Amino acid sequence: MKRYLFSRLRHIVPVVFGVVTVVFLLIHLIPGDPVEIMLGESALAAQKEELRRELHLDRPVAIQYGEFLLGLAKGDLGTSFRSREPVLREILRRVPATFLLSAASILVALLIAVPLGILSALRQHSLFDHLSGFLAMLGLSMPNFWLGPLLILIFSLGLGLFPVSGYGTAGHLVLPAVTMGTGMAAILMRMLRSSLLEEIRQDYVRAACARGLSRRAAVVRHALANSLIPVLTVMGLQFGALLSGSIITETIFSWPGIGRLTIQAIEARDYPLVQGCILFIAICTVIVNLLTDLLYSRLDPRIRYE
Amino acid sequence: MSERASWRTLPGRVARNRAAVAGAAVVLLFLLVAVLAPWLAPYDPGAQALDSGLSGPSWSHWLGQDRLGRDLLSRLVYGARISVAVGLGTVSLSLLIGLLVGSASGFFGGKVDHVLMRLADVLLAFPGILLAIAITSVLGPSLRNVLIALCALGWVGYARLIRGQILKVKEMEFVQSATAVGSPPVRLLLVHILPNAISPVIVEATFGIARAIVAEAGLSFLGLGVSPPTPSWGAMINEGRHFLFVAPHLTTVPGLAIMITVMAFNFLGDGIRDAMDVREEIR
Repeated sequence: MKRYLFSRLRHIVPVVFGVVTVVFLLIHLIPGDPVEIMLGESALAAQKEELRRELHLDRPVAIQYGEFLLGLAKGDLGTSFRSREPVLREILRRVPATFLLSAASILVALLIAVPLGILSALRQHSLFDHLSGFLAMLGLSMPNFWLGPLLILIFSLGLGLFPVSGYGTAGHLVLPAVTMGTGMAAILMRMLRSSLLEEIRQDYVRAACARGLSRRAAVVRHALANSLIPVLTVMGLQFGALLSGSIITETIFSWPGIGRLTIQAIEARDYPLVQGCILFIAICTVIVNLLTDLLYSRLDPRIRYE
Repeated sequence: MSERASWRTLPGRVARNRAAVAGAAVVLLFLLVAVLAPWLAPYDPGAQALDSGLSGPSWSHWLGQDRLGRDLLSRLVYGARISVAVGLGTVSLSLLIGLLVGSASGFFGGKVDHVLMRLADVLLAFPGILLAIAITSVLGPSLRNVLIALCALGWVGYARLIRGQILKVKEMEFVQSATAVGSPPVRLLLVHILPNAISPVIVEATFGIARAIVAEAGLSFLGLGVSPPTPSWGAMINEGRHFLFVAPHLTTVPGLAIMITVMAFNFLGDGIRDAMDVREEIR
């Protein structure tokens, strides 16, 4: 296991380094003068000079990159133009809201995907199977930025069951979590169905049935655990997409997380904050992917030896 | 079945899948609407009538009017052009880059492969439309920048798929024979390997168009897509959501258009995948 961990770590170090470099280049190679883009064309020359000095843009790019890396090593992501606060502090303040929303979305996805996936596999080619297949396709094709307003229209404005937007109570969490969880539910449901169908055909399930276990009991007691392994992996790999999707969902529901912070930073042309948010989401994705890999190798030891 | 025969019988095999046929019909309709937009749209999509803003569907405006009194149907029809341009543009460019990178990576192997695939790994660390958001926030909203942003990550999936296919086909006997009789490397790649490695790429491209349409609409929803007043389905949803209570059609109509189009491409992609039986090869 240790050797596998080291091999994975050796793989992700250059990836993290690459991510940091891409984000740095994105912000520092803006066509035109970044200071003018940030302050607008009407800004005074003195203001531009001051900002250029403050951002160290008056130094060569290589020096700026070196300083950026040194700062990162010390946990310094720069200072927000808007709030004048350290970027990392601003991001960390928003982390709980985004993680709460992500966890709730995963829960919603599992609550929909697991029963539908299992029943579809058990009743393959039935009307139920076709119907849940169609629902999964609907979930995959319905973008967050439409589903969110649609849910607000029906459940907030129409039925008055949940607040339109905001943060603080369990009621505030429901619609954003459903918005974000639906797409993931569709992916997990399709995955669980096909993975379970594969397991059902294995000899050990047939042997369990031959020993007198009903087909349903054999599937639930034996095949389900094995079929959940790839589902867990997909769930882990989808976490990054969830974080990226939070940018849209949090904007719709005014949810005070990192996604909304990213859009607010973009609107305010607060580039250090934009850079910090993008970097934070990308690094979180790399870490969760690593943890997923490790979990997968723990659950299925064959992976470690491949 | 030989590769050539397999391609010849493909439409027949896809036609046996009812969902795929329905998907193909909707895709065709969507393309026609986009091409014939100037003739189909009843009004100029930018023409404003402020006194009748937010009006619901009527005989003169079948789908109603937006905040500025612009005809929703005309904007929807013209919006299809942006979706087609981004969908086809992103997939074509990404496919071209992916084909070049994936071929170089899989065919030459070694250091070339290592460097290109590590670059792909770095880009894949940016989930969903995160990189596209970052790029368009820096470059500014425009159709060209949306294409750049979506292609920046779009090529990676194709490159990895093509690389994997080339590595597999390269080991097949007919390629080994062609190598043994002295076929030059470029001919080997273009004539023998690529035509036999392309099937899963076609399937992936069909899904890719759907993904690009959603991504463009998502960027436009965030104000990072095509610049207003150019009609885009995502921007229309964003404009409409501020009037959900008084004019819900402004949000529901473009949303339905996106969902139906994306679903059609997904059904068609599923049908082609099943007909080609390349399920195992797609990521």
